Amino acid sequence: MSPSVRLQEMIRVIRSARTQGEERGVIQRECAAIRAQFRQADNGGRSHNLAKLLYVHMLGYPAHFGQMECVRLIASPRYNEKRVGYLGAMMLLDENQDASLLITNSIKNDLAHSSQYVQSLALCTLACMGSAEMCRDLAPEIDRLLRASSSYIKKKATLCAVHIVRKVPELGELFTPAARALLAEKNHGVLHGAVILITELCERNAQTLVQFREAVPELVHIMRGLVTSGYSPEHTVAGISDPFLQVRILRLLRILGRNNDTASDAMNDLLAQVATNTDSSKTAGSAVLYETVLTVMDIKSESGLRVLAVNILGRFLLNNDRNIRYISMTSLQKIVSTDHNAVQRHRGTIVDCLKDQDASVKRRALELSLALVSAINIRSMMKELLLFLSTCPPELKSHAASGIFNAAERYSPSQRWHIDTILHVLITAGADVRDETVPNLIQLITNASQLHCYTVHKLYRALVADISQQPLVQVACWCIGEYGDSLLQGDCEETEPIQVTEDDILDALETVLQSHMSSPATRGFALTATMKLSTRITENVDRIRSIVSIYGSCMDVELQQRAVEYNALFKKYDHMRAAVLEKMPVMDRSSMGQTNGESGGGGVQELEPTKPKQPEMMVAPQPASQVCDLLDLLSDPEEPSLPGGPLGPGGAPLGPAGLMSGSAGGDLLYLLGGLELTPTPTPATAPAAVTVYDKSGVVLKLSCERPLDASQTITLTATNTSDHDVSSLTLQAAVPKNVQLQMKAPSGDSLPARSSAVVTQTVLLNNPNKVSLKMRVRLSYTTS
Amino acid sequence: MIKFVLMVNRQGQTRLSRYYQPVELGKRAALEADVVRGCLYRKKEECSFVEYKDFKLVYRHYASLYIVVGITESENELSVYELVHNFVEVLDKYFSRVVSPIMFNMDKVHIILDEMIQNGHVVETNHSRILAPLSALDTLAHS
Repeated sequence: MSPSVRLQEMIRVIRSARTQGEERGVIQRECAAIRAQFRQADNGGRSHNLAKLLYVHMLGYPAHFGQMECVRLIASPRYNEKRVGYLGAMMLLDENQDASLLITNSIKNDLAHSSQYVQSLALCTLACMGSAEMCRDLAPEIDRLLRASSSYIKKKATLCAVHIVRKVPELGELFTPAARALLAEKNHGVLHGAVILITELCERNAQTLVQFREAVPELVHIMRGLVTSGYSPEHTVAGISDPFLQVRILRLLRILGRNNDTASDAMNDLLAQVATNTDSSKTAGSAVLYETVLTVMDIKSESGLRVLAVNILGRFLLNNDRNIRYISMTSLQKIVSTDHNAVQRHRGTIVDCLKDQDASVKRRALELSLALVSAINIRSMMKELLLFLSTCPPELKSHAASGIFNAAERYSPSQRWHIDTILHVLITAGADVRDETVPNLIQLITNASQLHCYTVHKLYRALVADISQQPLVQVACWCIGEYGDSLLQGDCEETEPIQVTEDDILDALETVLQSHMSSPATRGFALTATMKLSTRITENVDRIRSIVSIYGSCMDVELQQRAVEYNALFKKYDHMRAAVLEKMPVMDRSSMGQTNGESGGGGVQELEPTKPKQPEMMVAPQPASQVCDLLDLLSDPEEPSLPGGPLGPGGAPLGPAGLMSGSAGGDLLYLLGGLELTPTPTPATAPAAVTVYDKSGVVLKLSCERPLDASQTITLTATNTSDHDVSSLTLQAAVPKNVQLQMKAPSGDSLPARSSAVVTQTVLLNNPNKVSLKMRVRLSYTTS
Repeated sequence: MIKFVLMVNRQGQTRLSRYYQPVELGKRAALEADVVRGCLYRKKEECSFVEYKDFKLVYRHYASLYIVVGITESENELSVYELVHNFVEVLDKYFSRVVSPIMFNMDKVHIILDEMIQNGHVVETNHSRILAPLSALDTLAHS
């Protein structure tokens, strides 16, 4: 009686259990019965019992008491029992269990058995759970089987060899000659196994890789045979002969051809043939084409072939089958950095995929679209991306928002467009944007001085419409506070005029202050804005005074402190009020780069509640004697001033950690030695990259180019090879007085552990007086 | 390489599981539940490949059965998709209808799976060759 019948009964009983508790009861009874039977030396029902036990094990119940039974069954001479015993061994035992040692001998005997089915059982089990010692013992046996046995055994032996190589890499050399010989086999199963074995050997050992490069012509020949052969009833799947083998061979060719010209040349023709002849109407064909494309991209192929590959991917994009579209976008993502122009041709289709139903396809399309944004297509792409942002699933929103910001920053055609885009994003996805957006936007607005009127009108309208999006509200409050007078004038040439009275503005700000949706930071913004308005408007100063004094007894300490100080401004220091609250100066980008995380200068300093600093409101605006920590480092004894506009009181708190992160991981600030660069009159040879910082795996390199004599471009590159993730990476720089410094935006601010990702930041120096150039760079980051 | 093969029914109960990389017993249930949740709730128009933690899942839906295969990053997803279909065809050839006899002949299904996939790699894809040892076993059992 086959084990299945008894097993079937038990399965039926278990499945008919209606509750979890009933099922547990049934299983416990069965296990008890099985255990009792194991203890007796019962001959007939052993295999049934073990089969039942395996089913129970699969359901998740403990079954370790069956291990010894497996060992006993494996040693039995009957095929039935051996079969179930080996199956049990594969499922219940692994190399950590003691019982696995006991079956070593049985496996050894069975490998030499006369029946090939028994041999195959042993091979299978060894491949599944063989420990390193077992592998070492039995490796010569496996080698023997590889050379001289039936094809049924050979194919199993090859996969067993793969397992052995994985466990004991030194034995790879033992199998190399046998593997090479196996390539001459006709049987597809053996060929398949041989290709897998060679792949594994090449991946482990570079010398073996070089050896197997000579086998490339053979592989090409086999592949060609597969592609051009007609219908073969044994292996054809949907019109393609043995696609599994084709895919495997292509992958091996990829490994052999990487970084090697001769091997790649030998493959070019074959790849072109496969790419053109394979019928891609069914999935099997597409699978082969996909592998071909991956191979073409990876080896040193000629450009015609690469174009062909990208075109294949483009064709995939138009396919109806969603899986194929997903695959093609994944591959396009990998090659967009190297073959940018080729991928640009398919931009239209990719953008259409943003509207697909499937979440995975949407995510891929978003990443690809962000990678394809360039100066030429920025306007149309941004329209599509903004449309996507309003309809995209929530998990993609923050990624999309930050991607849009980066793109806008790099390629925006005009300031007004830039501001419009950022406002649009804040209105649609305000809750998901990063924190630095607010200060960045504020800085952008101050720089666009001719657009102040337009901006403040738009922001006011947005604020009145909706006060739930915190970043938007913060920016709006700040602008209203600064440019309230333009708002009151009412007319602005770029947008429809609306009549706004002082009461309206104060109403709006008061709503923000009182709403429970506003975060404490937002309230701070609103309070300061209200205060600033006291100098900009004429009639309702009393109302402002009363608002401010109410908040003097607010529960939030931050707000209370502000309110009390503002009150003092009204009472004792009224003469200073106008001077203190005058308009903010234009902030230069370089100062923004240095004060990363600092929002908008003076009044908004105290936003970070973690900073134990005193408020800077009382300090006079121009700190001539106020020393910036960074500039302090310069050896130049003259009065240091940052080129590019006075920092205002925003400069001082740069001192202890000018970063927003108060994380427990600890900010690590490292001051670097000064770097002296003397500009030579002759153009320099290839700019060398100097390592300026190298500690615990994080490396910062500096390289310079000199396009013109007076100005230089310096690139700072940071890489991370340590075991910890690096985040909030910022670079700050200072130069002597007569040199102008402009820092571009960094490419990113985080480096995952042990990766090859880099963060680069470009610094432009203008040295009109040709003084000797010195630069101090400060690098700050947080590690996990 | 292939990390695991799972067959689950509509309710999420595991009908067959085979791991090619060692996973502890306690973690298996959690892994299966998680994987199944990721696949079962996808609508019909969504694609069959899911990115899960650091590997990928390929799933196919046949009547009331879902077959889920976990693969590493380097594996060709379309090829595994075809492999799953091949496996179902073999099962179909051996049993006449795929779904219910599978449950009651678990050991045979394991044998078939072992003939097709070993150690995370594909061994054989030809239907008759896969079923040869099984038919031999059957004749042995009947005789």
